[in-house]
This record gives sequence, structure tokens and C-alpha cells, in this order.
Amino acid sequence: MHISDGILSARVLAAGTVVAAGCTTVGLKKLDMEKMPRVAVLTAAFFVVSLIHIPFGPSSVHLLLNGLMGLLLGWTCFPAILIGLLLQALLFQFGGLTVLGVTTVNIGIPALIVYLIFKRFIKNDGKSVPVICAALAGIFAVLLSSFFIAFSLVFSGKEFISIAKLIVAAHLPVMAVEGVVNAFVIVLLKKVKPEVLEVPYVISQKA
Amino acid sequence: MIVERFSEGDTFLHTLDPRVKICIVVPYVGVVALSDTLLVAGIVLLIALFLVGCARLRFLPVAKSLKVLLLFLILLWIFLPLSISGGELYSIGPLKLSSEGMLRALSITLRSTAVVLLIVSLLSTSSVFSLVHAMSHLHMPEKLLWLSFLSYRYIYVLHVEYLKLREAMRIRGFKPGNNLHTYKTFGYLIGMLLIRSYERSERIYDAMLCRGFHGRFYLLDHFRISKRDLVFLIIMSVILMGVVWLQWIAKTV
Repeated sequence: MHISDGILSARVLAAGTVVAAGCTTVGLKKLDMEKMPRVAVLTAAFFVVSLIHIPFGPSSVHLLLNGLMGLLLGWTCFPAILIGLLLQALLFQFGGLTVLGVTTVNIGIPALIVYLIFKRFIKNDGKSVPVICAALAGIFAVLLSSFFIAFSLVFSGKEFISIAKLIVAAHLPVMAVEGVVNAFVIVLLKKVKPEVLEVPYVISQKA
Repeated sequence: MIVERFSEGDTFLHTLDPRVKICIVVPYVGVVALSDTLLVAGIVLLIALFLVGCARLRFLPVAKSLKVLLLFLILLWIFLPLSISGGELYSIGPLKLSSEGMLRALSITLRSTAVVLLIVSLLSTSSVFSLVHAMSHLHMPEKLLWLSFLSYRYIYVLHVEYLKLREAMRIRGFKPGNNLHTYKTFGYLIGMLLIRSYERSERIYDAMLCRGFHGRFYLLDHFRISKRDLVFLIIMSVILMGVVWLQWIAKTV
């Protein structure tokens, strides 16, 4: 869910912008020119994937995929998310400009947390551990994001509490679908091309 | 397909220097997002509408670009009048509609619409490439620029790749539904897309090395500010100062 411009208070916008700028700087520091094409093309891939409608009940959901982004990109997920959001604002007018920082934080911090918690379990050689952890990573990242979005609304004004609750509720189906899809993505990646999952380690070692 | 719906055209907004556009949009958007008077919000919305008119954009695509925003605004119009107290208009049982809440929702509606229209008329009328190019002249971090440049370049390529995979799925009789098979198929689709982009990125890097890449990108052409750009920049800045002044007056009175 994108928050549009003109809703959040100056304090929340400023805080989001500062944190997003800081995290993006760290992400860019960890990215060397050799890995640039890889991160860029993965960013493009995530952008395309985020446009897919996946059926759920009578309706359909868009995936957020921040859990997967965290697992594949590590710290570099911040510039990737920022660019994705900027392009969405320019091409489709989703979200806005002043909220770019806040939304980057709302999506990126959960991705980073998931990366820090789950990366070693995903590398696990066992059969079920990586799959379960991939599902948990997907669910957890979306859950955290919805909380972050809700908090940025509530910190902007008490009157947004009911909308914030509704937004968290609206993320529940996304969470379920994301968990299942995430597990299958990791199954495929581990079977077909495990190198893809190495990306963040290479980058963080180089930095 | 993913297309830049508004970037084609030959009005003066389309030919304006992208650097000037960015320098105008950023302060305008900042002022609208933070202002809290209806008057300011209304004036900027009118300016934005005027700019959309200047760019001779067709009505339907512009209306479509407001669609996502509309959903959010509907939510606000439902909830805000109920959850803000002050100046009750109606009360239906325990529910009280407040005029304060209505005003708040109206203010947010005007401001967020103004921002979207400013983005459409000023930024989306340039190609993304020229905007990235312009940002490089405005001293954005170099790595961020090249990352956005490369990823934007490959969004189209990967989207075509995605459509191919979807076509292959369709040929094999795949129908999305509410079952595990669907989620598994989508998971594998996403996985395949990621693998293909990973492999493509390796080929891209090799190709870059073959062409003598050694960690730097070079800009070949540069923008030149014309008289028209300057005039537009000055007019828009003066209007912005007027708007800020109005906001200040409304606050102190």
C-alpha cells in the first residue's frame, strides 16, 4: 500500500527521509562497481514482479516481495527499493515524492531485518529448514511493513488510527500469499541456481 | 507494456530542460505536502491543472494516473469525518460526522491530487533517462544514478521476458485460481525471472568489460539552459514565493 503525499506530518516525513538516506548510503557503500549490473538487473526484475496479480479469493493481490529482496540483496535492497519506488511514482503515479523516504524505510527496514535473521537458515543444506524459513521471511517482512506503514500514519495524527488498522488487516492476505510464493521461489533457486542466493554475502565481504 | 505515457509531445513543457523541471517540482511538492491551508492547496492544484493543460495531455490517461490515489482518498473520506471530533454536521446513531474531519479530508484530497498532477505535468513529460541524466548534473550520488539508469534500461527487457514466460504458461493451459498449484507456479515463475536476470547481468558485465569498462561511466551530451527555461524557472519561483507568503499570512492571521 502506498501512502500518498499530503497525509503524513512533517516530522514523520523528515525522519523517514533521514533514515532512508542513511540506509541508502550504507547500501551504496557496500555495492562495488563489479556488482552494479547484477543489483541493477535484479532491481528491474523485482519491479516487473511487483506488477504481477496473484489470485486470492475473489480478488487478487500484488506481492510486496521485500522479504525476498532482503534475502537476495542484503543492504543493497535500500537503493533498489528507492529506485523502484521512484520509477513507480514517475511511470504509474503510485505513491508520491515527499513520501519516498518514509516508504523506502517502511519496506526496506523489514527487508534488512529479514536478511539479518534468516540468511543463514536459507543457506542451510537441510530439506525443510530453508523452505520454512523462506515462508517465514516472506510473512514476517510483509507483517513488519504493514506495522511500519500503520505507525507512520498514527504518528502523523491520532485520527488515522482506524485507517491504520484497516491497512494492517488488508495486508493479511498479501502476507499469506507472499509466504507460500516465497517458499517456492527459494525451492527453485536452491535447486536450479544457488549462486543467486550468494549475492549479499559476496557484497558484504567485499565492503 | 510498461510505457512512459506522457513523455511524447512537443509542447514547451516537454522540451523544458529536465534540470529546471526537477528544481521546480521538488520545492513545489514540498510546500504542498506540508501546507495546511485549503487556500494554498487549492491554488497549487489550479497551477498543476494549468500545467497539465499546457502539456496538452489527454484527459483519460491523466484521469487513470489518479486511480490509485482515488482508492486511498475514498478511505480517508469514509474514516476521517468519523474519527475527528469538532463541528458535528450529522449524527446517525453513535456515528458523528464532523465538519473538521470533512475539511481535513478535503485538504488531503486537494494536496495529494496537486502533487500527482505536478508529477505528471512536469516530470512524466520528460523521459526517465533524461531525468536521470538531469539528476547527475544536480550532484546525486553517482552509484545511485547508474543503478537507476541500468535498472530502468532492463525493466523493459525483463518485462518482455516475463510476458514470454506467461505465454508459455498459457500455452500449457495454466489458469490462475485459488490453489497451491497456482502459488507454486507463480513462485517458480518469479524464481525463473530472477535466475534469468542474474544470468543476464553476468553477460551484461562481461560485455561492459569487453568495451573497456573500468568503474566509470561517462556522460556524452550535456544540457544547455535556454532563455525560455530561465523565464519559466523565474516565473514559477515567484509564484512559489507568493504561495509560501500566503501560507504564512494565513497562519498568522
